Amino acid sequence: MRLADRMARPAVLAAFLAPAVLIYGLFSALPLVDTLRLGFYQSDDAGVRSLAGLANFASILGDPAWSEAFWRALRNNLQFFAIHMLVQNPIGLALAALLSLRGLRGAATYRTLIFLPTLLSVVIIGFIWQLILSPLWGVGEQLMGRVGLAEHFAPWLGQEETALTTLSLVSVWQYVGIPMMLIYAALLAVPEEVLEAAHAEGAGPWRVFWSIRVPLILPTLGLVTILTFVANFNAFDLVYAVKGALAGPNYSTDLLGTLFYRTFFGYQAQVGSPEMGAAVATLMFLLILLGVGAYFFAVQRRLTRYQL
Amino acid sequence: MSAVLAAPRSDRLPRWMQPDVGRISVHLALLAYTALALFPIALVLINSIKSRAAIFEDPLALPSAESLSFIGYQKVFAASHFASYFANSLAVTLGALALILLFGSMAAWGLSEYEFRGRRWLSLFLALGIMIPIRLGTVSILELVVRLDLINTRSALVLVYTAQGLPLAVMILSEFMRQLPGELKDAARCDGVSEFRIFFEVVLPLLRPAIATVAVFTMVPAWNDLWFPLILAPSDETKTVTLGVQQFIGQYVTDWNSVLAALSLAVLPMLVVYGLFSRQLIRGLTSGAVK
Repeated sequence: MRLADRMARPAVLAAFLAPAVLIYGLFSALPLVDTLRLGFYQSDDAGVRSLAGLANFASILGDPAWSEAFWRALRNNLQFFAIHMLVQNPIGLALAALLSLRGLRGAATYRTLIFLPTLLSVVIIGFIWQLILSPLWGVGEQLMGRVGLAEHFAPWLGQEETALTTLSLVSVWQYVGIPMMLIYAALLAVPEEVLEAAHAEGAGPWRVFWSIRVPLILPTLGLVTILTFVANFNAFDLVYAVKGALAGPNYSTDLLGTLFYRTFFGYQAQVGSPEMGAAVATLMFLLILLGVGAYFFAVQRRLTRYQL
Repeated sequence: MSAVLAAPRSDRLPRWMQPDVGRISVHLALLAYTALALFPIALVLINSIKSRAAIFEDPLALPSAESLSFIGYQKVFAASHFASYFANSLAVTLGALALILLFGSMAAWGLSEYEFRGRRWLSLFLALGIMIPIRLGTVSILELVVRLDLINTRSALVLVYTAQGLPLAVMILSEFMRQLPGELKDAARCDGVSEFRIFFEVVLPLLRPAIATVAVFTMVPAWNDLWFPLILAPSDETKTVTLGVQQFIGQYVTDWNSVLAALSLAVLPMLVVYGLFSRQLIRGLTSGAVK
Protein backbone atom coordinates (compact mmCIF):
# COMPACT_ATOMS: atom_id res chain seq x y z
CA MET A 1 0.00 0.00 0.00
CA ARG A 2 2.85 2.32 0.80
CA LEU A 3 4.33 2.05 -2.67
CA ALA A 4 1.00 2.44 -4.44
CA ASP A 5 0.31 5.43 -2.25
CA ARG A 6 3.53 7.12 -3.22
CA MET A 7 3.06 6.47 -6.90
CA ALA A 8 -0.46 7.79 -6.91
CA ARG A 9 0.63 10.94 -5.19
CA PRO A 10 1.75 13.30 -7.96
CA ALA A 11 -1.45 12.74 -9.91
CA VAL A 12 -3.63 13.05 -6.81
CA LEU A 13 -1.80 16.14 -5.73
CA ALA A 14 -2.10 17.72 -9.16
CA ALA A 15 -5.81 17.02 -9.24
CA PHE A 16 -6.29 18.81 -5.91
CA LEU A 17 -4.14 21.81 -6.77
CA ALA A 18 -4.82 22.28 -10.48
CA PRO A 19 -8.21 24.03 -10.52
CA ALA A 20 -7.26 26.74 -8.04
CA VAL A 21 -3.79 27.30 -9.49
CA LEU A 22 -5.21 27.42 -13.00
CA ILE A 23 -7.95 29.99 -12.34
CA TYR A 24 -5.78 32.12 -10.08
CA GLY A 25 -2.87 31.89 -12.50
CA LEU A 26 -4.89 32.63 -15.61
CA PHE A 27 -7.08 35.44 -14.27
CA SER A 28 -4.87 37.04 -11.63
CA ALA A 29 -1.16 36.23 -11.69
CA LEU A 30 -0.56 36.07 -15.44
CA PRO A 31 -2.54 39.22 -16.26
CA LEU A 32 -0.55 41.07 -13.62
CA VAL A 33 2.77 39.93 -15.09
CA ASP A 34 1.48 40.63 -18.59
CA THR A 35 0.38 44.12 -17.55
CA LEU A 36 3.85 44.80 -16.17
CA ARG A 37 5.23 43.67 -19.54
CA LEU A 38 2.79 45.78 -21.58
CA GLY A 39 3.99 48.92 -19.85
CA PHE A 40 7.19 48.63 -21.88
CA TYR A 41 5.35 48.59 -25.22
CA GLN A 42 3.71 51.09 -27.51
CA SER A 43 1.23 50.52 -30.29
CA ASP A 44 0.82 52.42 -33.57
CA ASP A 45 -2.45 53.44 -35.16
CA ALA A 46 -2.87 50.00 -36.72
CA GLY A 47 -2.64 48.45 -33.25
CA VAL A 48 0.73 46.79 -33.85
CA ARG A 49 2.75 46.63 -30.65
CA SER A 50 6.45 47.33 -30.48
CA LEU A 51 8.92 47.45 -27.64
CA ALA A 52 9.36 51.00 -26.37
CA GLY A 53 11.67 50.50 -23.42
CA LEU A 54 11.07 53.00 -20.67
CA ALA A 55 9.40 55.57 -22.93
CA ASN A 56 5.96 55.24 -21.34
CA PHE A 57 7.39 55.66 -17.86
CA ALA A 58 9.52 58.59 -18.95
CA SER A 59 6.36 60.29 -20.27
CA ILE A 60 4.32 59.63 -17.17
CA LEU A 61 7.01 60.80 -14.80
CA GLY A 62 8.60 63.58 -16.86
CA ASP A 63 6.50 64.78 -19.81
CA PRO A 64 4.34 67.65 -18.51
CA ALA A 65 1.35 66.47 -20.59
CA TRP A 66 1.26 63.29 -18.48
CA SER A 67 3.37 63.90 -15.41
CA GLU A 68 1.27 66.74 -14.05
CA ALA A 69 -1.71 64.41 -13.76
CA PHE A 70 0.38 61.60 -12.31
CA TRP A 71 2.06 63.61 -9.57
CA ARG A 72 -1.24 65.27 -8.69
CA ALA A 73 -2.96 61.89 -8.40
CA LEU A 74 -0.09 60.62 -6.28
CA ARG A 75 -0.23 63.66 -4.00
CA ASN A 76 -3.98 63.31 -3.68
CA ASN A 77 -3.60 59.62 -2.95
CA LEU A 78 -1.06 60.34 -0.22
CA GLN A 79 -3.48 62.84 1.31
CA PHE A 80 -6.29 60.28 1.03
CA PHE A 81 -4.10 57.75 2.86
CA ALA A 82 -2.93 60.27 5.48
CA ILE A 83 -6.53 61.15 6.37
CA HIS A 84 -7.37 57.46 6.79
CA MET A 85 -4.34 56.98 9.03
CA LEU A 86 -5.04 60.08 11.11
CA VAL A 87 -8.81 59.73 11.41
CA GLN A 88 -10.04 56.26 10.53
CA ASN A 89 -7.50 54.17 12.41
CA PRO A 90 -7.43 56.20 15.65
CA ILE A 91 -11.25 56.17 15.76
CA GLY A 92 -11.15 52.44 15.06
CA LEU A 93 -8.69 51.97 17.91
CA ALA A 94 -10.79 54.09 20.28
CA LEU A 95 -13.99 52.22 19.43
CA ALA A 96 -12.24 48.87 19.81
CA ALA A 97 -10.83 49.93 23.19
CA LEU A 98 -14.31 50.95 24.40
CA LEU A 99 -15.94 47.80 23.05
CA SER A 100 -13.40 45.54 24.71
CA LEU A 101 -14.12 46.93 28.19
CA ARG A 102 -14.96 43.98 30.35
CA GLY A 103 -18.61 43.71 31.29
CA LEU A 104 -19.77 46.35 28.82
CA ARG A 105 -23.43 45.81 28.10
CA GLY A 106 -24.57 45.75 24.51
CA ALA A 107 -21.05 45.48 23.09
CA ALA A 108 -22.20 43.01 20.45
CA THR A 109 -25.02 45.32 19.35
CA TYR A 110 -22.77 48.39 19.07
CA ARG A 111 -20.23 46.35 17.14
CA THR A 112 -22.83 45.02 14.73
CA LEU A 113 -24.41 48.41 14.06
CA ILE A 114 -21.16 50.35 13.70
CA PHE A 115 -19.86 47.75 11.26
CA LEU A 116 -22.93 47.99 9.02
CA PRO A 117 -21.76 50.74 6.59
CA THR A 118 -18.60 48.77 5.83
CA LEU A 119 -20.65 46.07 4.14
CA LEU A 120 -22.43 48.39 1.75
CA SER A 121 -21.09 49.28 -1.65
CA VAL A 122 -18.80 52.31 -1.81
CA VAL A 123 -20.95 53.49 -4.69
CA ILE A 124 -24.08 53.56 -2.54
CA ILE A 125 -22.27 55.23 0.34
CA GLY A 126 -20.85 57.85 -1.99
CA PHE A 127 -24.30 58.73 -3.35
CA ILE A 128 -25.86 58.82 0.11
CA TRP A 129 -23.31 61.35 1.33
CA GLN A 130 -23.61 63.31 -1.87
CA LEU A 131 -27.30 63.75 -1.11
CA ILE A 132 -26.70 64.65 2.52
CA LEU A 133 -24.06 67.22 1.66
CA SER A 134 -26.05 68.62 -1.24
CA PRO A 135 -27.05 72.26 -0.71
CA LEU A 136 -30.15 71.49 -2.77
CA TRP A 137 -31.57 69.15 -0.20
CA GLY A 138 -30.24 71.03 2.77
CA VAL A 139 -30.14 68.19 5.29
CA GLY A 140 -26.55 68.91 6.20
CA GLU A 141 -27.27 72.58 6.68
CA GLN A 142 -30.41 71.89 8.68
CA LEU A 143 -28.52 69.54 11.01
CA MET A 144 -25.73 72.02 11.53
CA GLY A 145 -28.34 74.66 12.20
CA ARG A 146 -29.58 72.66 15.16
CA VAL A 147 -26.23 73.19 16.86
CA GLY A 148 -25.96 76.76 15.66
CA LEU A 149 -23.41 76.16 12.92
CA ALA A 150 -25.63 76.67 9.88
CA GLU A 151 -23.51 79.49 8.44
CA HIS A 152 -20.44 77.23 8.42
CA PHE A 153 -22.08 74.85 5.98
CA ALA A 154 -20.59 74.83 2.51
CA PRO A 155 -20.95 72.57 -0.53
CA TRP A 156 -17.76 70.77 0.47
CA LEU A 157 -17.95 68.11 -2.22
CA GLY A 158 -18.15 70.74 -4.93
CA GLN A 159 -15.29 72.99 -3.85
CA GLU A 160 -11.83 72.36 -5.17
CA GLU A 161 -10.12 72.95 -1.81
CA THR A 162 -12.39 70.69 0.23
CA ALA A 163 -13.63 67.96 -2.15
CA LEU A 164 -10.80 65.49 -1.57
CA THR A 165 -10.83 65.82 2.21
CA THR A 166 -14.61 65.42 2.21
CA LEU A 167 -14.44 62.28 0.07
CA SER A 168 -11.69 60.90 2.30
CA LEU A 169 -13.87 61.44 5.36
CA VAL A 170 -16.80 59.69 3.65
CA SER A 171 -14.50 56.75 3.04
CA VAL A 172 -13.30 56.91 6.66
CA TRP A 173 -16.91 56.91 7.83
CA GLN A 174 -17.63 53.79 5.80
CA TYR A 175 -14.52 51.76 6.61
CA VAL A 176 -13.90 52.55 10.27
CA GLY A 177 -15.48 49.17 11.02
CA ILE A 178 -12.50 47.27 9.63
CA PRO A 179 -9.78 48.62 11.97
CA MET A 180 -12.33 48.52 14.79
CA MET A 181 -13.00 44.82 14.23
CA LEU A 182 -9.36 43.79 13.72
CA ILE A 183 -8.13 45.73 16.75
CA TYR A 184 -11.07 44.55 18.86
CA ALA A 185 -10.22 40.92 18.11
CA ALA A 186 -6.57 41.56 18.95
CA LEU A 187 -7.42 43.32 22.23
CA LEU A 188 -9.55 40.39 23.33
CA ALA A 189 -6.61 38.10 22.67
CA VAL A 190 -4.34 39.95 25.13
CA PRO A 191 -3.98 37.55 28.06
CA GLU A 192 -5.79 38.66 31.20
CA GLU A 193 -2.88 37.69 33.49
CA VAL A 194 -0.60 40.23 31.87
CA LEU A 195 -3.07 43.03 32.57
CA GLU A 196 -3.65 41.88 36.12
CA ALA A 197 0.06 41.66 36.75
CA ALA A 198 0.45 45.25 35.57
CA HIS A 199 -2.33 46.37 37.90
CA ALA A 200 -0.70 44.58 40.77
CA GLU A 201 2.52 46.42 40.00
CA GLY A 202 0.59 49.65 40.38
CA ALA A 203 0.20 50.71 36.73
CA GLY A 204 -2.71 53.09 36.12
CA PRO A 205 -5.35 52.43 33.45
CA TRP A 206 -3.80 54.72 30.81
CA ARG A 207 -0.41 53.26 31.47
CA VAL A 208 -1.77 49.73 31.07
CA PHE A 209 -3.42 50.66 27.78
CA TRP A 210 -0.49 52.47 26.21
CA SER A 211 2.38 50.45 27.66
CA ILE A 212 0.89 46.97 27.61
CA ARG A 213 -2.13 46.56 25.37
CA VAL A 214 -0.99 48.78 22.52
CA PRO A 215 2.50 47.22 22.26
CA LEU A 216 0.94 43.77 22.34
CA ILE A 217 -1.40 44.59 19.48
CA LEU A 218 1.30 46.30 17.40
CA PRO A 219 1.26 43.49 14.81
CA THR A 220 -2.45 44.16 14.31
CA LEU A 221 -1.87 47.91 14.05
CA GLY A 222 0.74 47.09 11.41
CA LEU A 223 -1.74 44.91 9.57
CA VAL A 224 -4.35 47.67 9.71
CA THR A 225 -1.81 50.12 8.31
CA ILE A 226 -0.88 47.94 5.37
CA LEU A 227 -4.49 47.02 4.59
CA THR A 228 -5.38 50.72 4.63
CA PHE A 229 -2.41 51.47 2.40
CA VAL A 230 -3.24 48.83 -0.20
CA ALA A 231 -6.94 49.70 -0.22
CA ASN A 232 -6.27 53.45 -0.50
CA PHE A 233 -3.76 53.19 -3.33
CA ASN A 234 -6.18 50.96 -5.20
CA ALA A 235 -9.29 53.08 -4.56
CA PHE A 236 -11.48 54.00 -7.49
CA ASP A 237 -15.18 53.35 -6.90
CA LEU A 238 -15.91 56.22 -4.52
CA VAL A 239 -14.39 58.95 -6.67
CA TYR A 240 -15.86 57.47 -9.86
CA ALA A 241 -19.34 57.24 -8.35
CA VAL A 242 -19.40 60.71 -6.81
CA LYS A 243 -17.22 62.68 -9.21
CA GLY A 244 -17.05 60.60 -12.38
CA ALA A 245 -13.92 59.58 -14.30
CA LEU A 246 -12.77 63.21 -14.47
CA ALA A 247 -12.46 63.37 -10.66
CA GLY A 248 -13.54 66.99 -10.45
CA PRO A 249 -13.68 69.76 -9.60
CA ASN A 250 -10.65 70.39 -11.76
CA TYR A 251 -9.10 66.94 -10.99
CA SER A 252 -8.88 67.82 -7.31
CA THR A 253 -10.15 64.38 -6.29
CA ASP A 254 -8.12 62.40 -8.83
CA LEU A 255 -6.52 59.28 -7.33
CA LEU A 256 -4.19 56.81 -9.00
CA GLY A 257 -7.16 54.48 -9.56
CA THR A 258 -9.15 57.06 -11.52
CA LEU A 259 -6.03 58.16 -13.39
CA PHE A 260 -5.42 54.53 -14.36
CA TYR A 261 -8.99 54.22 -15.61
CA ARG A 262 -8.80 57.40 -17.70
CA THR A 263 -5.41 56.54 -19.12
CA PHE A 264 -6.59 53.08 -20.10
CA PHE A 265 -10.02 53.94 -21.51
CA GLY A 266 -9.57 57.54 -22.50
CA TYR A 267 -11.98 60.37 -21.83
CA GLN A 268 -13.28 63.32 -23.80
CA ALA A 269 -10.60 64.31 -26.32
CA GLN A 270 -7.89 61.98 -25.09
CA VAL A 271 -7.75 58.50 -26.62
CA GLY A 272 -7.24 55.62 -24.22
CA SER A 273 -4.08 53.55 -24.40
CA PRO A 274 -3.72 50.05 -22.93
CA GLU A 275 0.05 50.43 -22.85
CA MET A 276 0.02 53.75 -21.01
CA GLY A 277 -2.64 52.32 -18.72
CA ALA A 278 -0.40 49.33 -18.07
CA ALA A 279 2.47 51.70 -17.26
CA VAL A 280 0.32 53.53 -14.69
CA ALA A 281 -0.72 50.15 -13.24
CA THR A 282 2.96 49.17 -13.04
CA LEU A 283 3.77 52.30 -11.06
CA MET A 284 0.84 51.58 -8.73
CA PHE A 285 2.14 48.02 -8.39
CA LEU A 286 5.60 49.29 -7.43
CA LEU A 287 4.11 51.63 -4.83
CA ILE A 288 2.02 48.87 -3.30
CA LEU A 289 4.99 46.51 -3.37
CA LEU A 290 7.05 49.14 -1.57
CA GLY A 291 4.39 49.42 1.13
CA VAL A 292 3.95 45.68 1.52
CA GLY A 293 7.74 45.20 1.61
CA ALA A 294 8.13 47.86 4.31
CA TYR A 295 5.34 46.20 6.27
CA PHE A 296 6.94 42.77 6.22
CA PHE A 297 10.31 44.26 7.14
CA ALA A 298 8.79 46.15 10.09
CA VAL A 299 6.63 43.25 11.22
CA GLN A 300 9.54 40.83 11.26
CA ARG A 301 11.36 43.12 13.68
CA ARG A 302 8.40 44.09 15.85
CA LEU A 303 7.13 40.55 16.20
CA THR A 304 10.39 39.30 17.62
CA ARG A 305 10.55 42.26 19.98
CA TYR A 306 7.13 41.89 21.49
CA GLN A 307 6.34 38.24 21.18
CA LEU A 308 5.04 36.79 24.42
CA MET B 1 -9.51 53.56 30.07
CA SER B 2 -10.26 50.05 28.88
CA ALA B 3 -8.24 48.59 31.68
CA VAL B 4 -10.26 50.52 34.23
CA LEU B 5 -13.30 48.38 33.79
CA ALA B 6 -11.28 45.31 32.99
CA ALA B 7 -10.28 45.17 36.64
CA PRO B 8 -12.42 47.67 38.50
CA ARG B 9 -10.65 49.15 41.48
CA SER B 10 -12.55 52.29 42.15
CA ASP B 11 -10.23 53.36 44.97
CA ARG B 12 -7.51 54.02 42.43
CA LEU B 13 -9.50 55.85 39.78
CA PRO B 14 -9.63 59.59 39.40
CA ARG B 15 -13.00 60.85 40.58
CA TRP B 16 -14.47 61.57 37.13
CA MET B 17 -13.80 58.04 36.08
CA GLN B 18 -15.61 56.41 38.97
CA PRO B 19 -17.42 53.39 37.54
CA ASP B 20 -20.84 54.93 37.00
CA VAL B 21 -19.73 58.12 35.34
CA GLY B 22 -17.17 56.17 33.34
CA ARG B 23 -19.66 53.60 32.20
CA ILE B 24 -22.23 56.20 31.23
CA SER B 25 -19.76 58.19 29.21
CA VAL B 26 -18.59 55.04 27.45
CA HIS B 27 -22.18 54.32 26.46
CA LEU B 28 -22.72 57.91 25.37
CA ALA B 29 -19.66 57.79 23.15
CA LEU B 30 -20.67 54.48 21.60
CA LEU B 31 -24.27 55.59 21.14
CA ALA B 32 -23.15 58.78 19.45
CA TYR B 33 -20.94 56.88 17.05
CA THR B 34 -23.64 54.31 16.34
CA ALA B 35 -26.03 57.14 15.50
CA LEU B 36 -23.44 58.65 13.16
CA ALA B 37 -23.02 55.28 11.45
CA LEU B 38 -26.73 54.63 10.99
CA PHE B 39 -28.18 58.09 10.42
CA PRO B 40 -27.27 58.49 6.72
CA ILE B 41 -28.68 55.09 5.84
CA ALA B 42 -31.86 55.64 7.83
CA LEU B 43 -32.30 59.06 6.24
CA VAL B 44 -32.24 57.58 2.74
CA LEU B 45 -34.61 54.74 3.62
CA ILE B 46 -37.10 57.09 5.29
CA ASN B 47 -37.15 59.61 2.48
CA SER B 48 -37.42 56.96 -0.21
CA ILE B 49 -41.05 56.42 0.77
CA LYS B 50 -42.03 60.10 0.85
CA SER B 51 -43.48 62.37 -1.79
CA ARG B 52 -41.15 64.81 -3.53
CA ALA B 53 -42.57 67.76 -1.66
CA ALA B 54 -42.15 66.06 1.70
CA ILE B 55 -38.56 65.06 0.92
CA PHE B 56 -37.62 68.72 0.61
CA GLU B 57 -40.00 70.21 3.15
CA ASP B 58 -38.78 68.21 6.13
CA PRO B 59 -36.16 65.60 5.31
CA LEU B 60 -35.89 64.53 8.93
CA ALA B 61 -39.59 63.76 9.36
CA LEU B 62 -41.01 60.26 9.19
CA PRO B 63 -43.51 59.68 6.39
CA SER B 64 -47.06 60.58 7.38
CA ALA B 65 -50.31 59.41 5.82
CA GLU B 66 -50.24 62.30 3.31
CA SER B 67 -46.56 62.25 2.53
CA LEU B 68 -46.25 58.48 2.08
CA SER B 69 -45.43 57.71 -1.54
CA PHE B 70 -43.86 54.84 -3.44
CA ILE B 71 -43.52 56.74 -6.69
CA GLY B 72 -39.73 56.40 -6.62
CA TYR B 73 -39.88 52.62 -6.45
CA GLN B 74 -42.44 52.51 -9.25
CA LYS B 75 -40.18 54.64 -11.43
CA VAL B 76 -37.10 52.54 -10.71
CA PHE B 77 -38.86 49.32 -11.65
CA ALA B 78 -40.39 50.93 -14.73
CA ALA B 79 -37.18 52.53 -15.99
CA SER B 80 -34.59 49.88 -15.17
CA HIS B 81 -34.30 46.10 -15.05
CA PHE B 82 -33.58 46.19 -11.37
CA ALA B 83 -34.77 42.64 -10.73
CA SER B 84 -32.43 41.34 -13.41
CA TYR B 85 -29.48 43.37 -12.02
CA PHE B 86 -30.20 41.79 -8.69
CA ALA B 87 -30.32 38.30 -10.20
CA ASN B 88 -27.01 39.00 -11.96
CA SER B 89 -25.32 40.08 -8.72
CA LEU B 90 -26.66 37.00 -6.99
CA ALA B 91 -25.54 34.65 -9.78
CA VAL B 92 -22.07 36.19 -9.95
CA THR B 93 -21.37 36.23 -6.21
CA LEU B 94 -22.84 32.80 -5.52
CA GLY B 95 -21.08 31.33 -8.55
CA ALA B 96 -17.76 32.74 -7.41
CA LEU B 97 -18.36 31.60 -3.83
CA ALA B 98 -19.12 28.03 -4.96
CA LEU B 99 -15.95 27.84 -7.07
CA ILE B 100 -13.85 29.44 -4.34
CA LEU B 101 -15.12 27.01 -1.71
CA LEU B 102 -14.64 23.92 -3.88
CA PHE B 103 -11.32 24.77 -5.53
CA GLY B 104 -10.03 26.66 -2.52
CA SER B 105 -10.58 23.78 -0.13
CA MET B 106 -9.09 21.31 -2.62
CA ALA B 107 -5.97 23.44 -2.93
CA ALA B 108 -5.82 24.02 0.83
CA TRP B 109 -5.99 20.28 1.34
CA GLY B 110 -3.25 19.69 -1.22
CA LEU B 111 -1.02 22.28 0.41
CA SER B 112 -1.60 21.32 4.04
CA GLU B 113 -1.89 17.53 3.77
CA TYR B 114 0.94 16.56 1.45
CA GLU B 115 4.63 17.28 1.56
CA PHE B 116 6.13 17.94 -1.87
CA ARG B 117 8.86 19.88 -3.55
CA GLY B 118 7.90 23.46 -4.33
CA ARG B 119 5.15 23.54 -1.70
CA ARG B 120 6.46 26.70 -0.09
CA TRP B 121 6.82 28.43 -3.43
CA LEU B 122 3.31 27.50 -4.42
CA SER B 123 1.99 28.80 -1.09
CA LEU B 124 3.89 32.04 -1.58
CA PHE B 125 2.62 32.34 -5.17
CA LEU B 126 -0.95 32.07 -3.93
CA ALA B 127 -0.33 34.33 -0.92
CA LEU B 128 0.83 37.16 -3.18
CA GLY B 129 -2.75 37.44 -4.40
CA ILE B 130 -3.88 38.42 -0.89
CA MET B 131 -1.87 41.62 -0.89
CA ILE B 132 -1.67 42.59 -4.55
CA PRO B 133 -4.96 43.92 -5.92
CA ILE B 134 -6.17 42.01 -8.97
CA ARG B 135 -7.25 45.33 -10.48
CA LEU B 136 -3.69 46.16 -11.42
CA GLY B 137 -3.85 43.43 -14.06
CA THR B 138 -7.02 44.82 -15.63
CA VAL B 139 -5.45 45.74 -18.97
CA SER B 140 -4.50 42.13 -19.63
CA ILE B 141 -7.61 40.69 -18.00
CA LEU B 142 -9.71 42.64 -20.47
CA GLU B 143 -7.63 41.39 -23.41
CA LEU B 144 -7.91 37.83 -22.11
CA VAL B 145 -11.66 38.08 -21.62
CA VAL B 146 -12.05 39.47 -25.14
CA ARG B 147 -9.91 36.66 -26.56
CA LEU B 148 -11.97 34.04 -24.72
CA ASP B 149 -15.09 35.70 -26.10
CA LEU B 150 -16.41 36.19 -22.57
CA ILE B 151 -16.94 39.93 -22.74
CA ASN B 152 -20.34 40.97 -21.37
CA THR B 153 -20.91 37.62 -19.70
CA ARG B 154 -21.44 36.83 -16.08
CA SER B 155 -18.92 33.99 -16.43
CA ALA B 156 -16.14 36.53 -16.88
CA LEU B 157 -17.06 38.14 -13.57
CA VAL B 158 -17.35 34.76 -11.83
CA LEU B 159 -13.87 33.77 -13.02
CA VAL B 160 -12.29 37.09 -12.02
CA TYR B 161 -13.90 37.11 -8.57
CA THR B 162 -12.89 33.48 -8.09
CA ALA B 163 -9.30 34.37 -8.91
CA GLN B 164 -9.57 37.35 -6.58
CA GLY B 165 -10.99 35.37 -3.67
CA LEU B 166 -8.97 32.15 -3.92
CA PRO B 167 -5.72 33.28 -2.24
CA LEU B 168 -7.34 34.38 1.01
CA ALA B 169 -9.72 31.41 0.97
CA VAL B 170 -6.83 28.97 0.60
CA MET B 171 -5.06 30.62 3.53
CA ILE B 172 -8.13 30.55 5.79
CA LEU B 173 -9.03 26.98 4.84
CA SER B 174 -5.46 25.65 5.25
CA GLU B 175 -5.35 27.18 8.71
CA PHE B 176 -8.65 25.50 9.47
CA MET B 177 -7.62 22.11 8.08
CA ARG B 178 -4.50 22.01 10.22
CA GLN B 179 -6.77 22.07 13.26
CA LEU B 180 -8.83 19.05 12.13
CA PRO B 181 -8.10 15.87 14.10
CA GLY B 182 -5.78 13.53 12.19
CA GLU B 183 -7.40 10.30 13.42
CA LEU B 184 -10.33 10.52 11.02
CA LYS B 185 -8.11 10.64 7.97
CA ASP B 186 -5.76 7.98 9.28
CA ALA B 187 -8.61 5.60 10.05
CA ALA B 188 -9.97 6.05 6.55
CA ARG B 189 -6.52 5.59 5.03
CA CYS B 190 -5.97 2.30 6.89
CA ASP B 191 -9.22 1.07 5.39
CA GLY B 192 -7.77 1.79 1.97
CA VAL B 193 -10.20 4.59 1.13
CA SER B 194 -8.94 6.74 -1.77
CA GLU B 195 -7.60 10.21 -1.11
CA PHE B 196 -10.44 11.76 -3.12
CA ARG B 197 -13.09 10.03 -1.06
CA ILE B 198 -11.33 11.04 2.14
CA PHE B 199 -11.41 14.63 1.00
CA PHE B 200 -14.94 14.76 -0.35
CA GLU B 201 -16.62 12.52 2.21
CA VAL B 202 -14.62 13.08 5.40
CA VAL B 203 -12.90 16.47 5.19
CA LEU B 204 -15.26 18.61 3.13
CA PRO B 205 -18.27 18.21 5.45
CA LEU B 206 -16.07 19.24 8.39
CA LEU B 207 -15.29 22.58 6.77
CA ARG B 208 -18.73 24.02 7.37
CA PRO B 209 -17.69 26.39 10.19
CA ALA B 210 -15.06 27.97 7.94
CA ILE B 211 -17.55 28.66 5.17
CA ALA B 212 -18.97 31.78 6.83
CA THR B 213 -15.50 33.31 7.09
CA VAL B 214 -14.67 32.56 3.47
CA ALA B 215 -18.08 33.82 2.36
CA VAL B 216 -17.64 37.20 4.10
CA PHE B 217 -14.27 37.80 2.53
CA THR B 218 -15.28 36.77 -0.98
CA MET B 219 -18.93 37.71 -1.41
CA VAL B 220 -18.94 41.21 0.05
CA PRO B 221 -16.18 42.60 -2.19
CA ALA B 222 -17.65 40.86 -5.25
CA TRP B 223 -21.18 42.10 -4.59
CA ASN B 224 -20.02 45.68 -4.04
CA ASP B 225 -17.48 45.90 -6.85
CA LEU B 226 -17.97 48.54 -9.51
CA TRP B 227 -14.69 48.18 -11.43
CA PHE B 228 -15.02 44.80 -13.14
CA PRO B 229 -18.73 45.01 -14.00
CA LEU B 230 -18.00 48.42 -15.54
CA ILE B 231 -15.13 47.07 -17.63
CA LEU B 232 -16.00 43.44 -18.33
CA ALA B 233 -19.80 43.26 -18.31
CA PRO B 234 -21.51 46.64 -18.70
CA SER B 235 -24.32 45.41 -20.98
CA ASP B 236 -27.85 45.76 -19.70
CA GLU B 237 -28.30 41.97 -19.58
CA THR B 238 -25.22 41.38 -17.41
CA LYS B 239 -25.20 44.48 -15.22
CA THR B 240 -24.88 43.92 -11.48
CA VAL B 241 -26.79 45.90 -8.86
CA THR B 242 -23.82 48.10 -8.01
CA LEU B 243 -23.25 49.11 -11.62
CA GLY B 244 -26.96 49.28 -12.38
CA VAL B 245 -27.62 51.66 -9.50
CA GLN B 246 -24.56 53.75 -10.36
CA GLN B 247 -25.73 54.22 -13.95
CA PHE B 248 -29.38 54.66 -13.06
CA ILE B 249 -28.56 57.43 -10.62
CA GLY B 250 -26.24 59.04 -13.15
CA GLN B 251 -29.22 59.30 -15.51
CA TYR B 252 -31.86 60.37 -13.03
CA VAL B 253 -29.83 62.70 -10.78
CA THR B 254 -32.56 65.27 -10.60
CA ASP B 255 -35.34 62.82 -9.82
CA TRP B 256 -34.96 62.58 -6.06
CA ASN B 257 -37.69 60.00 -5.57
CA SER B 258 -36.05 57.63 -8.01
CA VAL B 259 -32.54 58.20 -6.67
CA LEU B 260 -33.58 57.55 -3.09
CA ALA B 261 -35.58 54.48 -4.10
CA ALA B 262 -32.69 53.06 -6.13
CA LEU B 263 -30.31 53.56 -3.22
CA SER B 264 -32.76 51.93 -0.83
CA LEU B 265 -33.21 48.98 -3.16
CA ALA B 266 -29.46 48.47 -3.17
CA VAL B 267 -29.23 48.76 0.62
CA LEU B 268 -32.25 46.73 1.70
CA PRO B 269 -31.12 43.26 0.59
CA MET B 270 -27.82 43.79 2.38
CA LEU B 271 -29.67 44.87 5.53
CA VAL B 272 -31.79 41.72 5.43
CA VAL B 273 -28.78 39.46 4.89
CA TYR B 274 -26.84 41.26 7.61
CA GLY B 275 -29.78 41.02 9.99
CA LEU B 276 -29.94 37.27 9.45
CA PHE B 277 -26.24 36.47 9.47
CA SER B 278 -24.49 39.28 11.34
CA ARG B 279 -23.46 36.96 14.15
CA GLN B 280 -21.75 34.43 11.88
CA LEU B 281 -20.41 37.23 9.75
CA ILE B 282 -18.69 39.01 12.61
CA ARG B 283 -17.44 35.81 14.13
CA GLY B 284 -15.94 34.90 10.78
CA LEU B 285 -14.36 38.29 10.49
CA THR B 286 -12.78 38.32 13.93
CA SER B 287 -11.62 34.71 13.76
CA GLY B 288 -9.93 35.50 10.47
CA ALA B 289 -8.31 38.48 12.12
CA VAL B 290 -6.87 36.73 15.15
CA LYS B 291 -5.57 33.84 13.08
